[in-house]
Amino acid sequence: MGVKLLLDKAHVEGIRYFDVYRREGGYRSVEKALKEMTPDTIVEEVKKSGLRGRGGAGFPTGMKWSFIAKPEGVPRHLVCNADESEPGTFKDRYLMEFLPHLLIEGLIVSSFALGSNATYIYIRGEYAWIPDILEQAIEEARANGFLGKNILGTGFDCEIYVHRGAGAYICGEETALIESLEGKRGNPRIKPPFPAIKGAWDRPTVVNNVETLAAVVPIINMGGEEYAKIGVGKSTGTKLISACGNINKPGVYEIDMTISVEEFIYSDEYCGGIPNGKRLKACIPGGSSVPILPANLLLKTAKGETRYMNYESLSDGGFATGSMMGSGGFIVLDEDQCVVRNTYTLARFYRHESCGQCSPCREGTGWMEKILKAIDTGKGKMSDIDLLWDIQRRIEGNTICPLGDAAAWPVAAAIRHFRDEFEWHVLNPEESQRRNYGLAHYADAREVVA
Amino acid sequence: MSEQQLFKVTIDNITIEVAPGTSILEAARKIGGDVAPPAMCFYSKLKGSGGKCRTCLVEVSKGSEKDPRPMPKLVASCRTTVMDGMEVKNITSERVVDARAGVVEMLLINHPLDCPICDQAGECHLQDLSYEHGREGTRYEFQRRTFEKHDLGEYIQLHMTRCILCYRCVFTADQLTNKREHGILSRGDHAEIATYIEKSLDNDFIGNVIDVCPVGALTDRTFRFKNRVWFLKPVDAHRDCPTCSGQVTLWYRGDEVFRVTARKDEWGEVESLPDGTTAWICNTCRFDKKHTGDWVIEGPRKISRHSVISQGHYVGMHKPEETIEKVLHGRKPRLMMDIHSVSQVNQPNIDLSQIEGPAHSDDFNPALPKKD
Ligand SMILES: Cc1cc2nc3c(=O)[nH]c(=O)nc-3n(C[C@H](O)[C@H](O)[C@H](O)COP(=O)(O)O)c2cc1C
Ligand code: SF4
Ligand code: SF4
Ligand code: FES
Repeated sequence: MGVKLLLDKAHVEGIRYFDVYRREGGYRSVEKALKEMTPDTIVEEVKKSGLRGRGGAGFPTGMKWSFIAKPEGVPRHLVCNADESEPGTFKDRYLMEFLPHLLIEGLIVSSFALGSNATYIYIRGEYAWIPDILEQAIEEARANGFLGKNILGTGFDCEIYVHRGAGAYICGEETALIESLEGKRGNPRIKPPFPAIKGAWDRPTVVNNVETLAAVVPIINMGGEEYAKIGVGKSTGTKLISACGNINKPGVYEIDMTISVEEFIYSDEYCGGIPNGKRLKACIPGGSSVPILPANLLLKTAKGETRYMNYESLSDGGFATGSMMGSGGFIVLDEDQCVVRNTYTLARFYRHESCGQCSPCREGTGWMEKILKAIDTGKGKMSDIDLLWDIQRRIEGNTICPLGDAAAWPVAAAIRHFRDEFEWHVLNPEESQRRNYGLAHYADAREVVA
Repeated sequence: MSEQQLFKVTIDNITIEVAPGTSILEAARKIGGDVAPPAMCFYSKLKGSGGKCRTCLVEVSKGSEKDPRPMPKLVASCRTTVMDGMEVKNITSERVVDARAGVVEMLLINHPLDCPICDQAGECHLQDLSYEHGREGTRYEFQRRTFEKHDLGEYIQLHMTRCILCYRCVFTADQLTNKREHGILSRGDHAEIATYIEKSLDNDFIGNVIDVCPVGALTDRTFRFKNRVWFLKPVDAHRDCPTCSGQVTLWYRGDEVFRVTARKDEWGEVESLPDGTTAWICNTCRFDKKHTGDWVIEGPRKISRHSVISQGHYVGMHKPEETIEKVLHGRKPRLMMDIHSVSQVNQPNIDLSQIEGPAHSDDFNPALPKKD
């Protein structure tokens, strides 16, 4: 069994409520942080922990916190990004639903570290039942003196507000989130200025993912150095992975980042293998935006080394032969799944979610969707494959926010690794409607291992 | 004022000194010519504009004197400020040329290309952009997005199908008028300009959205289908207006005023007044004062933009050699048909109606073997 720092108490009866959570050792980090530490020493601990943002980009959290501007007399804000709308990612939902106090605890400590007296949780609109859970937890924390004025008699004031989104993936992008929080249309801002200088209401703001902020709790409790000992290299601590697709046990798993991808997929502790004796075809290891990998490159890197479930190993080989840890949405495709159809589904999502500000993303996502639909329904041409490549190439890197890249990467990776499948669709328009492409050469490495 | 320290910036190998805070685009405009990147959404007079269309992307090959690292991605020159010692590549960068061609292609895939019936034709920035950076064919083979036309009040028509979502009109409505009744609905390629629940735009200054719109999405209903802009003669004029500066351009054909617009500079933006404010004009001046008698005429307006409006008045143009006269041994051609007598391919005696399908040059040149 791997180390568990976040979900270790998830199965304790009634852990959603303050009394149980407190009895199980909850809110110790708030006492420690507010009474024994200063904002600067907390930031130092988080730096030492090596914690990286769990929202997708993996940016070191301690460093991000140290960038926040502190102009005299201007309030600062911490905003918790609970918009979680990336297809395949559902770990924050689990955490908020079952361990709301863990998030609130992390938010109080982090707010203290950043000097935020008004902290916001921006939550995905479709998570309709969770704001009630969070608001109840906030009320309980306040009733017990952990929120509100003069917390634990330390003179620190903090309020946490839950703000419901209205159902737009783009509002997970931190500057779009801020716009939306301000009551405006959720268009990403043009950076610079970065939120750490000018964020919500033009005040210095830090936006962090739910899991990132929850991880602050064990970091304060055990100390940054101890936390950094878990995991490997720059992938410290534990990571929540939401696993779905063709696996026996879909769900949210907390892993320490030393296990191999193969173990994660096949071990009974995690995904429990692929149902119905099917072979593994491909996997999108970090949420819909990251490149898809065929089975052979998923389990082993291009150099033939074992691939592990951590930031460095998953991105080994760059985009040519690797992928990304992303937000930890692990989507498994077995041999019956069609990569063309899958890519089309993703393209449809990005087209629907583009905010429409920049021309390459607004127009390019729709164009890619139409071409992919044509190929998928047997109306494609050979030249369409190169055209797709050309379109994604001209979106990537040329837009305001990374949604453009996120729309381009899945298409690029699918063509890079599964070009023959696209060609097969074009050459066999009728057959491709009836059966999936043969795939012998993407064969499962498991057959070799087992 | 104390001496302000200036920043040196080099764009396409031309160095210029500008005040800190200047954007790359504005620095490039100071140099002028081809060095200035095309801008479809940025509008120097509208706060917050720019960054969206991505036509002004440039490559920063050296960040600054202090931090000479190049910027990894192309940046929007309209929203990136210069640093001292910065080096920028615009048309000298292959990456920029390629990315820009991509942006133009994207802007056109859903554009109706109905220039022949569009009032904006001839002064449309999208036309200029496509001529300069576009490709001749399209690779887009799907149905184009369309919207219904809308009349936004008495004066303005919204032709959403032509809109490139530059947001200029949104900023105009927001910054010039006192109510916010104009914005964008929906997301992505289904986003559209809209007035709040189909309210008409009736503010005194709302007509300016017509001038800021780079394409024919917002047009003047009082000018609709009345004339082509290149047949009109622009003349500067003013009147004592209680609402606005009253400084306008009148567009004449013969002695009839067909339309009134604000005065635009060489970048297609409404000019600044001597006091630094922008010479926006009010609806009365724009829509109701269409008689010469309403105005004090100043004189013909120079259009420095390389637009068809300025046909016959181009500045710094190299005329091509008069090849026709050469071919005709010094004789001026009477009719284009004259050329036939000396041309290899043309056979005036061929009856076009006898040819099946579109004519091919082979049909006119019996010397070549006929194609099937
Ligand atoms: C289109 C888009 C959607 C995003 N959605 C989310 C999201 O749902 N949740 C999240 O935590 N981060 C999301 N991000 C990343 C955020 O912009 C930001 O990087 C993150 O919240 C920072 O938190 P972290 O440093 O704790 O990871 C998204 C980014 C983009 C470009
Ligand atoms: S990349 Fe797409 S989602 Fe992001 S700002 Fe541009 S149009 Fe909007
Ligand atoms: S209507 Fe014109 S000004 Fe308004 S966003 Fe569209 S193109 Fe821009
Ligand atoms: S002019 Fe710079 S992005 Fe449009």
